[in-house]
Amino acid sequence: MSLYELYAESFPKLIAGLGITIELTVVSLIIAIILGMITCFFKISKFKILKAIATIYVDIIRGTPLIIQAYFLFFGITAALKFTMGNFTAGVIVLSLNAGAYLSEIFRSGINAVNKGQMEAARSLGLPYHKAMTKVILPQAIRIVIPSVANQFIITLKDTSIISVIGAPELMKASNLIVSRNFKAFEIYGFTAVMYFIVIFSLTKILGVLERRLSNGKGSR
Amino acid sequence: MAKVVVKNLHKNFGDLEVLKGIDLEVQDGEVVCLIGPSGSGKSTFLRCLNKLEEATDGTIIVDGFDIMDRNADINKIRENIGMVFQQFNLFPHLTVGKNIKLAPVDRKRLTEEEAEKTARKLLETVGLAEKYDEYPANLSGGQQQRVAIARALAMKPDIMLFDEPTSALDPEMVGEVLNVMKKLAEQGMTMVVVTHEMGFAREVADRVIFMDGGYIVEQGTPEEVFGNPQNKRTQDFLNMVL
Repeated sequence: MSLYELYAESFPKLIAGLGITIELTVVSLIIAIILGMITCFFKISKFKILKAIATIYVDIIRGTPLIIQAYFLFFGITAALKFTMGNFTAGVIVLSLNAGAYLSEIFRSGINAVNKGQMEAARSLGLPYHKAMTKVILPQAIRIVIPSVANQFIITLKDTSIISVIGAPELMKASNLIVSRNFKAFEIYGFTAVMYFIVIFSLTKILGVLERRLSNGKGSR
Repeated sequence: MAKVVVKNLHKNFGDLEVLKGIDLEVQDGEVVCLIGPSGSGKSTFLRCLNKLEEATDGTIIVDGFDIMDRNADINKIRENIGMVFQQFNLFPHLTVGKNIKLAPVDRKRLTEEEAEKTARKLLETVGLAEKYDEYPANLSGGQQQRVAIARALAMKPDIMLFDEPTSALDPEMVGEVLNVMKKLAEQGMTMVVVTHEMGFAREVADRVIFMDGGYIVEQGTPEEVFGNPQNKRTQDFLNMVL
């Protein structure tokens, strides 16, 4: 089989895998952003129970490897509770839980990075806490966290490859399947790496533009 | 009627007692300047008046509202108490105009159009009419502080608190801020001012209060306190700063 034939045959499968990879990333990140915000507000809330829940969640996620989380959910929990779960669903759950925990810490550090005089000034004008938060603190915090959030997006995109261990048909899995059949590890894994690189590099550029748009002009310091 | 009534105010930060029983009344239209060495509790006292610091014990009545009452709507009370900070604390993501309009519109004191008119008028009063669309970062310190004063005034407060409003300014900008405050005092605003500007206190204050070590050590008219201080600590302090 010529190199041309090899790629002609593999390419559609790899592209299909890449599609799943992107889908996995996008769905997981949307959930993760929401989860991260909720967790962040739990963590800065006055209620000890909410704080504790958030802390335990973040500590568990941070303290265990993604791969064991995936195995534990997809094989462990389903076996213990006697039900089955699709591997895409499991992948989304694991990736969102993971990114959600890290994003919550990023959001929290962003809020903490806003000068505390801002909250005082807003409150002294009579704004209630939630208004001070949404109108004064968060708009500033968002600008601060954009680079870190962009970084987390890229990490999550790469982490989807780990989800191949539970069989989700994403790019890494597709690539593994092809290699296991034709043993062309150099050609296929090399090509797969290039595909990841192109997507991540483009994403970096897009996020970079977005970052500049948001921090330029508008009274930034 | 007294605008501010404080009785036996105590404030602790952990084991450290910062205010050790303060009694003070501020009358309507009165300008009171708080002076004293750093660490004397002046700023903490001021911040207790709008509950940015929660007093440990005592009575605080501002504008007829009991600040210490846990059921009191502190946001409602704060709408009537303007505050100006040492670090200006303008909102950097909003233009000058929006900084001023934010609270009055959000708290439904003014409609958007009224707020805009008020904001422009206030900016004119503080000499910054042309800065309406600027962002705070493009303003000098003195200009920022004048905007901060305008922002506080936009809520039409009954009383204004100033927490060392000129301490973070370059010397050449101190005057422009003090002039705005002086005008405000002349218009009859009730003001409590923590300051190191003895010239301002002497010229504008109706009453000067010297604080040290968490107590009010001495108070009186500027002539009394600056001209003929009775307490040894007041004398020492004034000797050092004047």
